Amino acid sequence: MNKTGSASTDAMPSQSPPLWLLAELTYKCPLQCPYCSNPLDFADHGEELTTDQWIDVFRQARKMGAAQLGFSGGEPLVRRDLEQLVAEARKLGYYTNLITSGIGLNADRIAAFREAGLDHIQISFQASDETVNNMLAGSSKAFEQKLKMAREVKAQGYPMVLNFVTHRHNIDRIDRIIELCVELEADYVELATCQYYGWAHENREALLPTKGQLERAERITNEYREKLAKEGNPIKLIFVTPDYYEERPKKCMNGWGEIFLTVTPDGTALPCHSARMLPIEFPNVKDNSLQHIWHDSFGFNHFRGDDWMQEPCRSCDEKENDLGGCRCQAYLLAGDMNAADPVCSKSPHHQKILDAREAAEHVADDTPITFRNERNSRVFARG
Amino acid sequence: MSKPELEQTPSLNAMFRFQWEEAQNCHVLLYPEGMIKLNDSAGAILAEVDGEQDCAAIIRSLEARFPEAGELGPDVLEFLEVAREQNWIRFN
Repeated sequence: MNKTGSASTDAMPSQSPPLWLLAELTYKCPLQCPYCSNPLDFADHGEELTTDQWIDVFRQARKMGAAQLGFSGGEPLVRRDLEQLVAEARKLGYYTNLITSGIGLNADRIAAFREAGLDHIQISFQASDETVNNMLAGSSKAFEQKLKMAREVKAQGYPMVLNFVTHRHNIDRIDRIIELCVELEADYVELATCQYYGWAHENREALLPTKGQLERAERITNEYREKLAKEGNPIKLIFVTPDYYEERPKKCMNGWGEIFLTVTPDGTALPCHSARMLPIEFPNVKDNSLQHIWHDSFGFNHFRGDDWMQEPCRSCDEKENDLGGCRCQAYLLAGDMNAADPVCSKSPHHQKILDAREAAEHVADDTPITFRNERNSRVFARG
Repeated sequence: MSKPELEQTPSLNAMFRFQWEEAQNCHVLLYPEGMIKLNDSAGAILAEVDGEQDCAAIIRSLEARFPEAGELGPDVLEFLEVAREQNWIRFN
């Protein structure tokens, strides 16, 4: 037991356990999506955890109460021990989710994962048409491979989620995206807008859709929902709007350190996958138990409760609804991680959001894009 | 949607996994990136849904397990109807 343990446990007797463990197994990825959620300086991060270290993390989190385990990255298929990690996780009782680009997948590996007890596969697409998809992915063969793998995943009986990150280059084809998902027999479709952190923030000008594009896409999605429900199709369409078009911020991660725990390739534990950008030292699973990390570490306790809040959040009668919004967004846009999320119209920095919306109306189609790859990452790593 | 018939056999939708969660102290349905917590009676009923027993057998088995609860037929069928609407289970 560490020395601060009992004190903070007393202070927060009812801290619920992490329910969701996201295992970012590696930052390696064959694709170069310009909205990747990995840190800008991913190329500069240390060695990946070993197979045994990962299994130990799974065991600890499961014991605390985690029920969902996501295998993510980078591209998790790069790890040759993925089958073994899935098998161990399944044995521990997790619902196991593979979150993949589909690159590196084949029928034999899909069968091996099934054998290991994998519960679900999520494949991400960049667009509904081959040219845009491959341009964004930075690969000429990506789209064809994704289609083939999506069909194979269904043929082998898995529940399948298809994830389309939407932005100004693909959102106008939302009808075609939905039709493709229906054709591929997806069970869930995430039409998830870019989250403007890290790489996506670097590329925001080139990616942020206009309000008009967004409203049209949402309307078409609603029309499809109605039509598909009438046809008795159980497919679920999940439409995530960018908070840049909201007047109140999101309750980010459903609360800092409430349900979500990310472990990065080098073992750093985070309350969300972007938090690494914040000027906070986060604990590492190589140095501390998950029990300590979740309940007692400075990083995880930092934004629990509302003692940290400044005005206008502190006295706001809506603060329970959104907990001041996203800490990373406050840091990125207001330059202060304790500030109100500038998405909020009460924030003194809200003008930055309004400016971004306005800029989206006038962006040139050929605005350059910075792709997520080792070479570009080294530039950020050097700072 | 109408109530299931006694001779129909429900099975769990392959999308969901049903299990006991110690940390939640209840049965849950796990599905891609989500979890539904079940109350005691929902958990007890779904525990009987194995793709083999028809509704009549499920009711008999629950009435044997909980003799003090009296006749359970209408409640069980009502729950199974809701479970089908939620897409948790399917009928043959």
